[in-house]
Amino acid sequence: MNIAATGVKFGQSVKRQEDGRFLRGKGKYVDDMILPGQLYAAFVRSPMAHARITGLDLDGPAGMPGVRRILTGQELVDAGLPALPCGWAITSRDGEPMKVGVRNALAVDRVRYVGEPIALVVAETQAQARDAAEAVMVDYEDLPASVDVLDATADSATLIHDEIAGNCAFDWELGDEAAADVAFADAAHRIALTLRNNRLVPNAIEPRAINAQWDAGSEELTVYMTHQNPIGMRMFYAAAFGLASEHKLRMVSPDVGGGFGSKAHNYPEEVAVTFASKLVEGPVKWTADRSEAFLTDAHGRDHLTDVELALDSEGRFLGLRADTQANVGAYLSSSGSLVPTYMYATMLSGQYAIPAIHARVRAIYSNTCPVDAYRGAGRPEASYVIERIVDVAARELGIDPAEIRRRNFIREFPYQTPVVYEYDSGDYEKTLDAALELADYPGFAARKAESEARGKLRGIGVAAYVEACGIGPSGKLAKLGGGAGMWESAEVRVHPVGTVEVLTGAHSHGQGHATTFAQVVSDRFGVPMENISVIQGDTARIQAGTGTYGSRASVGMSATLRACNQIIEKGKKIATHLMEVDYDAVEFDDGIFSSKDSNVTIAFAEMAFAAHAASGFPTDEIEPGLVATSFFDPPEFTYPAGVYVCEVEIDPDTGTVEVASFCAADDFGNVANPMIVEGQVHGGVTQGIGQALWENALYDPDTGQLMSASFMDYGMPRAGGVPDYQLVFSGTPSPSNPLGMKGCGEAGAIGSPPAIINAVCNALGVRHVDMPATPEKIWRLCQQKEAN
Amino acid sequence: MTEITLDVNGKTATLDLPDNTLLIHALRDHLRLTGAHMGCDTSQCGACTVHVDGEAVKSCAMLAVQADGCSVTTIEGLAKDGEPLHPMQQAFHDNHGLQCGFCTPGMVLAGIDIARRFGKLDPATVRDQLEGNLCRCTGYQNIVASIIEGASKMEGQS
Repeated sequence: MNIAATGVKFGQSVKRQEDGRFLRGKGKYVDDMILPGQLYAAFVRSPMAHARITGLDLDGPAGMPGVRRILTGQELVDAGLPALPCGWAITSRDGEPMKVGVRNALAVDRVRYVGEPIALVVAETQAQARDAAEAVMVDYEDLPASVDVLDATADSATLIHDEIAGNCAFDWELGDEAAADVAFADAAHRIALTLRNNRLVPNAIEPRAINAQWDAGSEELTVYMTHQNPIGMRMFYAAAFGLASEHKLRMVSPDVGGGFGSKAHNYPEEVAVTFASKLVEGPVKWTADRSEAFLTDAHGRDHLTDVELALDSEGRFLGLRADTQANVGAYLSSSGSLVPTYMYATMLSGQYAIPAIHARVRAIYSNTCPVDAYRGAGRPEASYVIERIVDVAARELGIDPAEIRRRNFIREFPYQTPVVYEYDSGDYEKTLDAALELADYPGFAARKAESEARGKLRGIGVAAYVEACGIGPSGKLAKLGGGAGMWESAEVRVHPVGTVEVLTGAHSHGQGHATTFAQVVSDRFGVPMENISVIQGDTARIQAGTGTYGSRASVGMSATLRACNQIIEKGKKIATHLMEVDYDAVEFDDGIFSSKDSNVTIAFAEMAFAAHAASGFPTDEIEPGLVATSFFDPPEFTYPAGVYVCEVEIDPDTGTVEVASFCAADDFGNVANPMIVEGQVHGGVTQGIGQALWENALYDPDTGQLMSASFMDYGMPRAGGVPDYQLVFSGTPSPSNPLGMKGCGEAGAIGSPPAIINAVCNALGVRHVDMPATPEKIWRLCQQKEAN
Repeated sequence: MTEITLDVNGKTATLDLPDNTLLIHALRDHLRLTGAHMGCDTSQCGACTVHVDGEAVKSCAMLAVQADGCSVTTIEGLAKDGEPLHPMQQAFHDNHGLQCGFCTPGMVLAGIDIARRFGKLDPATVRDQLEGNLCRCTGYQNIVASIIEGASKMEGQS
């Protein structure tokens, strides 16, 4: 089924090995699977944003056709199923640990957001399960709901978790407040701005899905789940929930139809389905419909930030202060505490040398879907804050937006920011120049005049982003509150005939690992691509790993390279016996073992056979076989960076914003496969344009209902709304991994929202427009401008 | 229950189905052709696109009984196992027009339909005609390039 490719190098635009099955409709997603004796689950969900549950009538539905079991939250509590954990411990400024509202897999006596699961019905068909779930009668006592951070923190706000004062999970800070205050006291200019980072719905096109099967005889639990980190989930399901012993729990994440962070979390529905599968005879499957995805897939962003920038008389940055209220939703999701803290405030230095930075972040509960990592996860929020305030500063000081950035760039690496990170490498001026050239920055005035002649308003926007990827090292993360190791593992198995399997704990859900990981092996061993398989996503085959999120494939690929190097080392040892030469005299190049001291050469496949035949070398000294395992714990994060320049054209009569051009200059270090990397940027930029112009998860402030809860109401980017992008890569290799990679998966979504909004503000001549810059909002601004 | 007979990918299929069965469920659950995917409840995403009597149809928005007597082509019917890809499929491979692969069957079948209706294509036409197909991974750029190239190769074949 795979499409043939041969003789490839790391860094080459090799066509994808995995395409064939997807193009032929032979992909294997969780919902495609129907197991023998298959049962189906459906959830009873809260239609209320905030209410006490005063009654639950299951008698009627329990007797409906095909119904096998109805499970309630109280049953789960009685069975001792623990609440869902939040994986990152944050300590408030006053030393108090964060306040975690109890989140049971099924609500027990209170619901806190629309769509929260209350009960689970298992039936013989999906239709029967849904019919019975609809027939469950729930009595509610309505409570006042708060959907926005300002409402939730008002004195009159109803507490969402009775024991958590002020609906505040934590009040955290980073940086040196006193130093920032001094910087502001000495500043020639102080620029302040209040901005919102709008709430987003991830909307992977494949909805969440699970199929769980319990074998009462062997006490083995098999869970098929569409997930970015199946090995991590096995640990959670075993250690945190006790659903089975870890060694008897097989977690399989087959083909996954997009993740963007939303499939990296631990969700209540999947825990409940897995628990239910142990109570009934037969595997239990649940696939979310799109409404459930809108209501319950962890949302992204939702920050309200006051930011201030201090500058000297030359426009040099002296200090930055940010005060952010992060809406975490009704409960702290898996990484709900990490995203608005260490994923966000640590990036507030941007690409700039800012001597003093202070950030305060309050995490606020609300009656909304929990918020967690979504493409970029904290870094887009930081990029938006800094790139908007810098742009406002440029405008108000009369400095060109590109020039003010150039004037403040970090120029020497490594660079220790005032907010934890030490940037490893980069050449920010080079990426700026590349972006300006690609965009024909000097030609803007002529294009603006041409647009004006057609009655359109044209604007240009520049944004320079930096982010942290390749998450690790584990020890450093533990000091910041992290609980899990952030290495990645790889096992490279060379078969006797010279074909190769790579078993990786990373997980591809569109990123093309079957190609890029194989490129590492093909390059190192000289083995053709069609002789290499990349295996992922099944704990029966891969024992250790941490999945894919945060653009961290560089970690897994580095582990793969290290395992390949071990194989070559072993091959060299065997070669000393086969060639009768010293170890130091053996070379391996282009798939051939050779030596200047011998006429014998051994091809890689011949070495593979020799290692298994085990007759040409002493097996008490060198063990037979050709398998190697590596666990790579990166010494530092990587820091991809870039500059985006875009132009928008606004129709003042309709308020429509058209993205006229979008140019991206990115420094991703070394890239494995430029074709795939370009695709990642296209997708990321499109999600960022979606955030800037259309996407908004809007809750009704009175009822707490999600108003934009379908593709009819939520502004997904469509083909007609985005332009062709122009890209250029300028790689400064990262010293943080042996491949020199930095990561590329999220950059587009991080750099593009401020670039778009900067262009919109430039076109309209206004100080700020909150995202999304919808036609209605822009039309009103145009009307105001005309009236003035 | 209603018995229907339809031609699916060149084979006759007779199914006895509840009247409210959607075409997508008849294909996925009863014929086990899982290439067409369910991505939404509102016939917006187009992941379920198939051809019915040669025209692109969202199979989540059509009852199976409505397809009685019709000829249905799914993604599995474009190129038989072991045989070369259809020019549109090949163009998606050559232009990196897919990432996670979930929307891909619908995109390929929509692309063929656009090519048949318009012949030689330009980017603006393709972008406009893809209104009913959502992709969250690719940003559409390579899908548009794939459909233009696929259409051109289809023209050369006929």
